[in-house]
Amino acid sequence: MSAGLRARGVGVVIDGTPILDGVDLDVAAGEVVVLVGPNGAGKSTLLSVLTGDVAPTTGTVELDGRPVASYRARELARRRAVLLQQQRLAFGFRAREVVEMGRAPWHRSAEAERDLEVVAAAEERADVAHLATRLFPTLSGGEQARVSMARVLAQSTTLLLLDEPTAALDLQHQEAVLRVAREEAAAGAAVVVVLHDLSLAAAYADRVCVLAAGRLRASGTPREVVTPALLSEVYQHPVDVVEHAGHLVVVPVRPPRAPATAPAAAAPAVPVPSADPHQEQPCPAT
Amino acid sequence: MTTTLQREVAATPRGRVRSVTGGIGLIGVLAAALVVACVLSAATGQFPIPPGEVLGSVLHRLGLDLGPLPTHPQAENNLWNVRFPRVVMTAIVGAALATAGALMQGVFGNPLAEPGVVGVSSGAAVAAATVIVFSLDFAGSWTIAVCAFAGGLVTTLVVYVMARDDGRTEVVTLVLTGVAVNAITSAGLSFLLFLANTSAREEIVFWTLGSLNGSRWAEVQVVTPLVVVGVVAALVLARQLDLLALGDRAARHVGVDVERLRMICIVLVALLTAAGVAFCGVIAFVGLVVPHLVRLVAGPGHRVLVPASALGGAVLLVLADLWARTAIANADLPIGMLTSLVGGPFFFWLLRRARRTAGGWA
Ligand SMILES: Nc1ncnc2c1ncn2[C@@H]1O[C@H](COP(=O)(O)OP(=O)(O)O)[C@@H](O)[C@H]1O
Ligand SMILES: [Mg+2]
Repeated sequence: MSAGLRARGVGVVIDGTPILDGVDLDVAAGEVVVLVGPNGAGKSTLLSVLTGDVAPTTGTVELDGRPVASYRARELARRRAVLLQQQRLAFGFRAREVVEMGRAPWHRSAEAERDLEVVAAAEERADVAHLATRLFPTLSGGEQARVSMARVLAQSTTLLLLDEPTAALDLQHQEAVLRVAREEAAAGAAVVVVLHDLSLAAAYADRVCVLAAGRLRASGTPREVVTPALLSEVYQHPVDVVEHAGHLVVVPVRPPRAPATAPAAAAPAVPVPSADPHQEQPCPAT
Repeated sequence: MTTTLQREVAATPRGRVRSVTGGIGLIGVLAAALVVACVLSAATGQFPIPPGEVLGSVLHRLGLDLGPLPTHPQAENNLWNVRFPRVVMTAIVGAALATAGALMQGVFGNPLAEPGVVGVSSGAAVAAATVIVFSLDFAGSWTIAVCAFAGGLVTTLVVYVMARDDGRTEVVTLVLTGVAVNAITSAGLSFLLFLANTSAREEIVFWTLGSLNGSRWAEVQVVTPLVVVGVVAALVLARQLDLLALGDRAARHVGVDVERLRMICIVLVALLTAAGVAFCGVIAFVGLVVPHLVRLVAGPGHRVLVPASALGGAVLLVLADLWARTAIANADLPIGMLTSLVGGPFFFWLLRRARRTAGGWA
């Protein structure tokens, strides 16, 4: 019996194609685990196994010592909140109403008394309080993502599963969302975040798990995992890791840009040949 | 310690962003409109009975000695045996159709879903026509209702399975599924017409047109409990239907047992549609127009949408029936034809809008 999330030997096969294979993952209370990996590595699939949406072909997932599949929907909703990669809403609810949907699992419980306060706090933390009366479908992608984040926070759970919460966000809000994730962990929650920005991952993760082609390629502290050798191999692109102000910063190695040939005033009618990024960089197979 | 960003924007005060009084007001207005429409409809007919006398007659039956009694010698008899059963039937069927529409749209997460449009009504009508053609009578006066329910349930399930993909229903898929289902059911109906004798044939034609003419108390007694169960159940499910707007997965993540909710709603849609179709035939588009108008006024929350749609559907159909009876002297236009005449263009308009906003339903 342990608090937190525990996946053992998780494998998923869809239509005969293995998507995940033998993934072990532990997420303890108070911890932020960041999941990274190339497109199609299986991050979202792994997350949907952890949420209980997809039953793994092999392996087990336990939440607080019980198989995830054994929970009733509402019971599970009181323990874990999920931010999906894509938000959708079928009708024109207002942003506040969407955030309030996060309180649904607590309806008719003692917790419901705190609804107003929790919703207000969640909106504040996701910086969407000023959007409360707006219709959700009319919000920008980033605003929708933040409103959904507020909904997830309003659920007041001890496990948070966030699939690319920063994908549509500007720089300021990317940092804010990950700060909130850290605060949740500090308050005792277990947090799993899927990210693409490796610098962001290194800055906020307790542990970074690298998924590649459906397998867990590496798992450890940012300093153990965020290394040029590993990342260059996994992403099939040369990567540098530099240290700046105490943080690891991941920089893809890029060819120098061709200097501008013609001065702007005497721009010729002939288009300047631009560097073709697809041709320029043959990836060394590492 | 919480993260907040400095921002000079006034936050909305805590609590509701849609006024509760607005929703209750709408329901109140619709309830009042329903009473007025019913009295008006009962007062109008071959010979007019003043609305005051209509009210008086009802109040006297309820044991209240208020208002004038009808003066025309035939009035009392005509009111209670012809007009009232028809008005009550119309109101109940209107409520059933609009509620079925609201439910179906909630389950599909698509404002274009409607029992008539996707072919559930005609599925129920085929089953009901079968009862007529083969003179089935295994459940007494309930036989038609039972079969219409079975037909509606099967069609709803088929539409659901066919139109649903990856937890969502695309508009195009839904409409095309409706086209296919309607093609099959109209073939079935044609076949039954071919098999039927003259009198049954006449009765079947009436399904396809939809008519409230000749409603009897015995039929009202069959339809009423079905509709009451359907509307009350829809009210109970209102909160969960709101959450379904998030999509199947996200709804599950906030604690909705999606599979169970969906099955219950499909049964309810079939029940309400069958209640509408069993004795009155196919009356399309009520379930499309009414919930849409309610959403425009009071927003998409089902706690207001469901009761307001039920009342609004009743009002709309009572008024439409009044129009059907009075538009042309001495003629009783088929109500289903009228609702389609108005609802069809409305559906066009919705489709165009849906295409423009590509899923961003407002
Ligand atoms: N339902 C499915 N059917 C077939 N293939 C799928 C399905 N879901 C995911 N995949 C495939 O599995 C791989 C991993 O997908 P996903 O977990 O979404 O990757 P990501 O790491 O980018 O989130 C992809 O190649 C995707 O095409
Ligand atoms: Mg993904």
